[in-house]
Amino acid sequence: MKSLIQELVETISPSGYEAKVRELIRTKIETLADEVQVDALGNLIAVKGGNESSAKRIMLAAHMDEIGIIATHIDEAGFVRFTTIGGVSRHTCIGGRVRFLDGTQGVIYYEKLENTSSLPTFSQMYVDVGAASRKDCPVRVGDVAAFDRDFSAYGDRVVSKAMDDRIGVAVLIETLRKLKKSPNQVYFVFSVQEEVGLRGATTAAFGLDPDIGIAVDVTRSGDTPKGHKMDVSLGSGPAIKVRDSGMLSDPKVVDWMVNTADDAKIPYQLEVLEGGTTDARAIQLTRAGVPAGCISIPCRYIHTPSEMVDLNDVKNAIELLLELISQEVELG
Amino acid sequence: MSADSTTKNPAPKIRAAQTRLLRRLCEACAVSGDESEVRAIVLAQVRPHADDIQVDALGNVLVIRPGRGRKKRLRVMLAAHMDEIGFMLTHHDGDGIFRFDTVGGIDPRQLPGKSVWVGHDHIPGVIGAKPIHLTTSNERKSTISIDSLRIDIGLGSNTKVKVGDRATFATKFSRVGPSIRAKALDDRLGVATLIELVKHAPENIDLLAAFTVQEEVGLRGAQVAAYAFNPDVGIAVDSTPAMDLPTWEGAGDGGENSRYNTRLDAGPAIYLADSATLADPRLVRHLVDTAESANIPYQIRQPGGGGTDAGAISRSRSGVPSISVSIPGRYTHTAAGIARVSDWRNTLALLHTALSTMTPDLLAIDR
Repeated sequence: MKSLIQELVETISPSGYEAKVRELIRTKIETLADEVQVDALGNLIAVKGGNESSAKRIMLAAHMDEIGIIATHIDEAGFVRFTTIGGVSRHTCIGGRVRFLDGTQGVIYYEKLENTSSLPTFSQMYVDVGAASRKDCPVRVGDVAAFDRDFSAYGDRVVSKAMDDRIGVAVLIETLRKLKKSPNQVYFVFSVQEEVGLRGATTAAFGLDPDIGIAVDVTRSGDTPKGHKMDVSLGSGPAIKVRDSGMLSDPKVVDWMVNTADDAKIPYQLEVLEGGTTDARAIQLTRAGVPAGCISIPCRYIHTPSEMVDLNDVKNAIELLLELISQEVELG
Repeated sequence: MSADSTTKNPAPKIRAAQTRLLRRLCEACAVSGDESEVRAIVLAQVRPHADDIQVDALGNVLVIRPGRGRKKRLRVMLAAHMDEIGFMLTHHDGDGIFRFDTVGGIDPRQLPGKSVWVGHDHIPGVIGAKPIHLTTSNERKSTISIDSLRIDIGLGSNTKVKVGDRATFATKFSRVGPSIRAKALDDRLGVATLIELVKHAPENIDLLAAFTVQEEVGLRGAQVAAYAFNPDVGIAVDSTPAMDLPTWEGAGDGGENSRYNTRLDAGPAIYLADSATLADPRLVRHLVDTAESANIPYQIRQPGGGGTDAGAISRSRSGVPSISVSIPGRYTHTAAGIARVSDWRNTLALLHTALSTMTPDLLAIDR
């Protein structure tokens, strides 16, 4: 499991440029699914399970993109100006390192500031890739990069960039691997462009037209020194989402998840997230509406190069998902 | 690129007739939600060239020019928006003086003292400004809010002008050497380009042309047009700011202009990323390869904010590979912009050449 997570998180694939991580995932799942396809926007969709006409169509979604940057200008001295892809925070950039799709590495710094007590804006920052001139610079306008940080395991706590949402991707891959039989037709969707507005899940959900939707993504935790108040902590089980700022989970889906976890004695927490949303919102609002919910992996330091999750939560999320999808579903 | 790139339909050109048409398009008033004046011009232009023309529920003009031959063809949607930014009258204070609100993205600092045309009859008016004789030095330092501005048509209360009427900047079109100076170049340049593409539609694709409404208020027309067309590929033809000025805000200490967005006379601007769309890399490659092999100048628009109809098209139904190509223009969303005829000509040439070589193979590899 650790090596799968490591492979996934260390792959560079910012929103819109998911080809590398998609190929990696495809090699992992090709032999596990009944059918694997890639849609018009690049979502990777694997199908497994019952195909009787009575089978419930369940869409699981974990996004394979990550936040990053895109070059906007190379100056005469070879420094790279950039803008962000997805929710990058300014304070995580200073002295941070990035890696472009072709492997080029660089460090982020900033111009001299008039006011040293405030953070530089992105337009005051640049990437230094070690080039001495524009001609010398291997980066072109439009090249994309992700934050460059290796995977580490501190016991059961694992840390890396892009845990959001490669950890969800890992959960889906392992769930697919362990799913022997299902009366449901289960769609494992590895979605694109979540970090720029749930775009992949929006179009995948329209195409699949599911009966039930479940996103698997990270959520914040409230268990750090003087952190914000939130009743979710690492190691206390996967979080069953009740609401976030973009979605009110379907209460029947929440009950289904809670009852299933209780019956199978799988630890879980209930999640109310203030700020942020997931692919589940896009699924819920597709076509004439879909009952939707989300299983979240509690995660510290989201959208920094050091996102931390607990492997026990990951393991229990897989158990819970398996319980949910391998039995016939009757939402109350 | 495929070998069978020939088409019986000759390449379109920008000549005096096209410029005259652009003049009519730019001098028409079509603030978002009331695009009828531009729509009438578009319909008259495309009618002799297409059998399948519809005006949909929101007012989009949807034109289909099917290709020919037995080979499988891509259904390619091109979108150019007919609407422009402007004003809407919200209250008659009496004496021909109206309160108003802006429609679309307008910087209020652009407004005081500007001439406007109001309503379908282009009634002349002015956004009144307090004369310098009466202002204090403090007043001259601060911005005037839209709440305290009025459109004055100078006619008293006995007029057809009424609340709900739209207004635009009153700017006549002119040719200045290699340049065009006009209002609403965003996106009448795109509309004029798309009209030429309809007239000279390549036969290797099904060309689905959408002259869209309400782009400036949130890509609304393109959203429903894309749903109706259900295309394989989407291309927005739009206008984007050029800030390639000799001096700029950061130039003081020897800094170079790193935020020009695009440059005039550098050719069509191919998009990679804006707030609404991450352009499909297969389409980026196709356009860049086309430009390079046909020796058509092009530029990459700096990745950044903003959005075009491509955003709405790409998210339609189960997803549409999409991109934008824009003609650069200085001073976008103000009373008058400046664009180059060369960029218009090269944008038309790039699009026509790129469309003429599009086959389903383009999408055979995954994004």
